[in-house]
Amino acid sequence: MLTKRLLEHERGGYILLAVLAALAIVVPIANLVIPEGSPLHMSTFMVQLLGKYLCYALLAISLDLVWGYAGILSLGHGAFFALGGYAMGMYLMRQIGARGVYGNPELPDFMVFLNWDALPWYWYGFDNFWFAMLMVVLVPGLLAFVFGWLAFRSRVTGVYLSIITQALTYALMLAFFRNEMGFGGNNGLTDFKDMLGYNLQSDATRIVLFLCSVAALAFGYLACRYVVTSKLGRVVAAIRDAESRVRFTGFRAETYKLWVFTFSAVLAGIAGALYVPQVGIINPTEFQPLNSIELVVWVALGGRGTLYGAALGAALVNYAKSVLTAALPEVWLFVLGALFVLVTIALPKGCVGLVERVRRLRHA
Amino acid sequence: MLEEQAPPAGEPLPGGIVAPRNWILYLDKISVSFDGFLALNNLNLYIERGELRCVIGPNGAGKTTMMDVITGKTRPDEGEAFFAGTIDLLAHDEPEIASWIGRKFQKPTVFVNHTVLENLELAGLRDKRVWPSLVKRTTPEERDRIDATLRTIGLTADATRPAGALSHGQKQWLEIGMLLQQNPQVLLVDEPVAGMTKQEVETTAELLTGLAGEHSVVVVEHDMEFVRSIARQVTVLHQGHVLAEGSMDAIQNDARVIEVYLGE
Repeated sequence: MLTKRLLEHERGGYILLAVLAALAIVVPIANLVIPEGSPLHMSTFMVQLLGKYLCYALLAISLDLVWGYAGILSLGHGAFFALGGYAMGMYLMRQIGARGVYGNPELPDFMVFLNWDALPWYWYGFDNFWFAMLMVVLVPGLLAFVFGWLAFRSRVTGVYLSIITQALTYALMLAFFRNEMGFGGNNGLTDFKDMLGYNLQSDATRIVLFLCSVAALAFGYLACRYVVTSKLGRVVAAIRDAESRVRFTGFRAETYKLWVFTFSAVLAGIAGALYVPQVGIINPTEFQPLNSIELVVWVALGGRGTLYGAALGAALVNYAKSVLTAALPEVWLFVLGALFVLVTIALPKGCVGLVERVRRLRHA
Repeated sequence: MLEEQAPPAGEPLPGGIVAPRNWILYLDKISVSFDGFLALNNLNLYIERGELRCVIGPNGAGKTTMMDVITGKTRPDEGEAFFAGTIDLLAHDEPEIASWIGRKFQKPTVFVNHTVLENLELAGLRDKRVWPSLVKRTTPEERDRIDATLRTIGLTADATRPAGALSHGQKQWLEIGMLLQQNPQVLLVDEPVAGMTKQEVETTAELLTGLAGEHSVVVVEHDMEFVRSIARQVTVLHQGHVLAEGSMDAIQNDARVIEVYLGE
């Protein structure tokens, strides 16, 4: 019943889940079972790269939920991703214990370096994994809730809302750059050793993290499908198309937007938390406005309002970025700008729209 | 609370107009100004239960502003607005008022990316809070009600089409259908026959006269022929206040009305 509702007429959704299932089977085998000399072997670097793309895809889906369905163009969604990442990073920092450069069992290295003699109160509890996981969800969710409550209740919409979301992530970036904030300043949090006692450098741990990312993306996609195929999803899409009509029909538009925005921020936070142990670092550049804008390009390029299109866009753009920044690093930003212009003018429905147009032409 | 301030029915009110014994909507001395321009100036309006009232007036007479005040979009600078005896409309916002008073916009406003069925389903949702809308499914009773509305507005065959694909006239009907689904006691209908063919106008007239009785219907319209065909009681607005009120015949012979409006 539920799967039928979630995936009915969703060819793209089936393909996404099939790809994820295939990855979950093939990647561990290619990395752990097939010996290193074989051409079929997958390097740990590749596993880590794919895992990163999966986190980006989950982030893109979370943005598509608010932008593609609720019509809220958030230009600060990277902030929720980074906050989830920092919550995870704080747990990983505390796991280092006495193995840091200064060997302080209590304080992370950067605090010793700053001559702090005690752990700030907001670091309490982060040595506990489950507390940290709770914070991964709670911190981005709470920020989105408070921000959304203020913005939606005052009926801030459209480009004004986009600008203040941008300001939000920029302000957080400036704050996290400050050493006195106690989050490692511009170096951020890094040199992680292990997680739940498992060595983060080992192949097996990396595969488990990869599988967690696969599961999170599948869960995120299905959860968003559940939302958008429910009546709530229809109300939210109606708000996107004609907000005042929705109010005169008896719905509290701002409350609907608030909950969808908060849920989306929580998903973005989960994506960030899975990203950090795989790339091994979190620093304030994750908050920079450019990241959030790039994220919008992924979703636009993939095809907004489809969810799976956002995941596709995230994978495509980031693959292009990986290739280009290795080959021609100075070209990347121009390519990104050109992509955005191209999509806006020529592909209003992104790659998903293009595929559909081609299919229709073939049928006609 | 404000309940005591509601006027007793049947007693003469300031302004000389007698509130009907059985009023459902009551506007008293409402004034609204935008940057010094008086959009509504001491407006009094009383609508009876089950009545079909037409409101006419030249452009800028304040018809849309009046609807904005009634539905909670605009707060008046002065005056009172009550619904069904005790409910102070000025103390409520759009979603709350929507359960008592439904509004059809001048430009047909339906959810273009949703099907006709989904439009009606959303409008008819009993519980409009967030969580129930996430988990609750459409019940057979709700489905029956939607089917009945589809028949009333003549869109049964178009139920699964996106609302954006409907003709202009069909969109107007769909919006009226959404009002019916909402099931308010008062329907405010802004220019329901704008851009309709003659045949569509007739169907709309039947639809609206059929709704009166069970609902109170307030129709704002420019099309005088249409007003003549449905109106029992007509209110003429001019420069933000009521210029004349009465039967269509009385209105047509009113010298002031002829001067500002009909005589053109």
